[in-house]
Amino acid sequence: MIISVASGKGGTGKTTVATNLAVSLRSEVQLLDCDVEEPNAHLFLNPKMEEKEAVMMFVPAIDEDKCNYCKKCAEICRFKAIAVISKTVLTFPELCHSCGGCMEVCPEQAVYRTGRKVGDVEKGLADDIFFIHGRMRVGEAMSPPLIKKVRSYIKPDIINIIDAPPGTSCPVIAAMKDTDFVVMVTEPTPFGLHDLTLGVEAVKLLNIPCGLVINRSDIGNNDVRDYAKKENLPILLEIPFDRKIAEAYSRGKMIVDEMPEWKDKFIGLYNHIEDLVKKEKN
Amino acid sequence: MKELVILSGKGGTGKTSLTAEFAAISNSRVLCDADVDAADLHLLMAPEIKLRADFKGGGLAFINQDKCIECRECIELCKFDAISDDFIVSEIDCEGCGVCVDLCPEKAIEFPIQTCGEWYISETRFGPMAHAILGIAQENSGKLVALVRQEARKLAEKKGMNLILTDGPPGVGCPVIASIGGATAILIVTEPTVSGIHDMKRAIELAAHFKVPAMVCVNKYDLNPDQAKNIENLVEKQNLTFLGNIPFDPVFTKSMVQGKTIVEYEKDSSTLQVIKNIWEKIMGSHEMNSIN
Repeated sequence: MIISVASGKGGTGKTTVATNLAVSLRSEVQLLDCDVEEPNAHLFLNPKMEEKEAVMMFVPAIDEDKCNYCKKCAEICRFKAIAVISKTVLTFPELCHSCGGCMEVCPEQAVYRTGRKVGDVEKGLADDIFFIHGRMRVGEAMSPPLIKKVRSYIKPDIINIIDAPPGTSCPVIAAMKDTDFVVMVTEPTPFGLHDLTLGVEAVKLLNIPCGLVINRSDIGNNDVRDYAKKENLPILLEIPFDRKIAEAYSRGKMIVDEMPEWKDKFIGLYNHIEDLVKKEKN
Repeated sequence: MKELVILSGKGGTGKTSLTAEFAAISNSRVLCDADVDAADLHLLMAPEIKLRADFKGGGLAFINQDKCIECRECIELCKFDAISDDFIVSEIDCEGCGVCVDLCPEKAIEFPIQTCGEWYISETRFGPMAHAILGIAQENSGKLVALVRQEARKLAEKKGMNLILTDGPPGVGCPVIASIGGATAILIVTEPTVSGIHDMKRAIELAAHFKVPAMVCVNKYDLNPDQAKNIENLVEKQNLTFLGNIPFDPVFTKSMVQGKTIVEYEKDSSTLQVIKNIWEKIMGSHEMNSIN
């Protein structure tokens, strides 16, 4: 089972839902934090990190002894990461998307592989929960390669919970793609609703079943619920605004630690998802 | 020309709500929504669109099945696993690198340029605004951010305004990098939570990396006053300007539901006074007034 927790709008409570769900399930579960630009799940689960690996992306370099300045490499590059100016070749590694076109077209084998560090993947254990996250290098623009690396540690035979980044563009798609279910975390405000609709459009495009968790469910207005009804999206859980929850969160504490009665609600959330996924598969 | 970019690292700390208040407080400024991925500023600004234009991103590979001889060259070349065994290109996976297009021995692959979104020039009750919508699941968000900022700059020049207020995206990746290059200063809005602090540190690091001066304010500070104090100390230790603490106040949500700023919804709000003080500090700061 692979569940991604996403939102459209940032700060609605993705990490809260992902971590509390993982802790409530306790065993046979792993959490993969794919919000690699701003990974936060470790602040709540406090995993003991055991492994760290650098994630590199291919970028080209030019052997000027072999180069005949034919410009073929610059011509194939749609990302303007190589420029040939008379007898000088310039590479711009931060623009490179690692498509390898320059290596393919060079008639002199003058293009060779080097790497650009995108970030690190760290793995560890938080009690019985397997924990993996990516941490993008500050200054790096492209998160999808790192997200893909984090996702390569999915274990199909246990429960995998993916904490996705906000938004609707390529990083979110990389995180949600090929998962069994998307939990959209939203809040009942105009900003929450607007970004939820964008998020749901992205989920539809990927053709993944989806349900909502409404956080701070007693603020704002009722428009999110009306939208859910119209779109036929199940509301899986509502978490009311509670200063106690907000204060606990500020200290890195989980809802289920402060208020253990919530554990059953998160287990209920999982059971509901499991039912919906089974229904979808039949 | 000055440009203040409002960022946070972590989402949901109040970037857009604060941008809207600053818009209502200040005079003679152009508004720019650089969060093209999940733009929200228009919900408070109710822009009247004056100009609408397509945003053209890169191309996407499309295999012409009549010309394809199924040699599998494209499948072998594609580093993004975007081409299936029956020679269909996945629009979601295609990176737009065009390698298959150039190297197909039969020239069977087309590369139509994609419309990836729309951008707008609008009028609002607080002045002109440049904004955009990136299509769902599209690439090139950085390019669109750069375009919207450029349009905001042109707009400011045309109207003789010397300030741009830019609402930035969350995170530290591609669209954020595109939203800070060449800005006068960055305002980082954080919250006194472990996530807020963690993400603020990365946003500060990013600002330093690109050599744009950063200032910090804390929203919802009373959820954890000790943590807010820690942030203030941390910020001052790094020789950055700490602008102040904004309380947790339901007035933000109440006015948002009405599509209004606090300035319009509850002008006597004590929270509004705090925001006004922060705004004065920003405008008087050396970061916003340095010669460069």
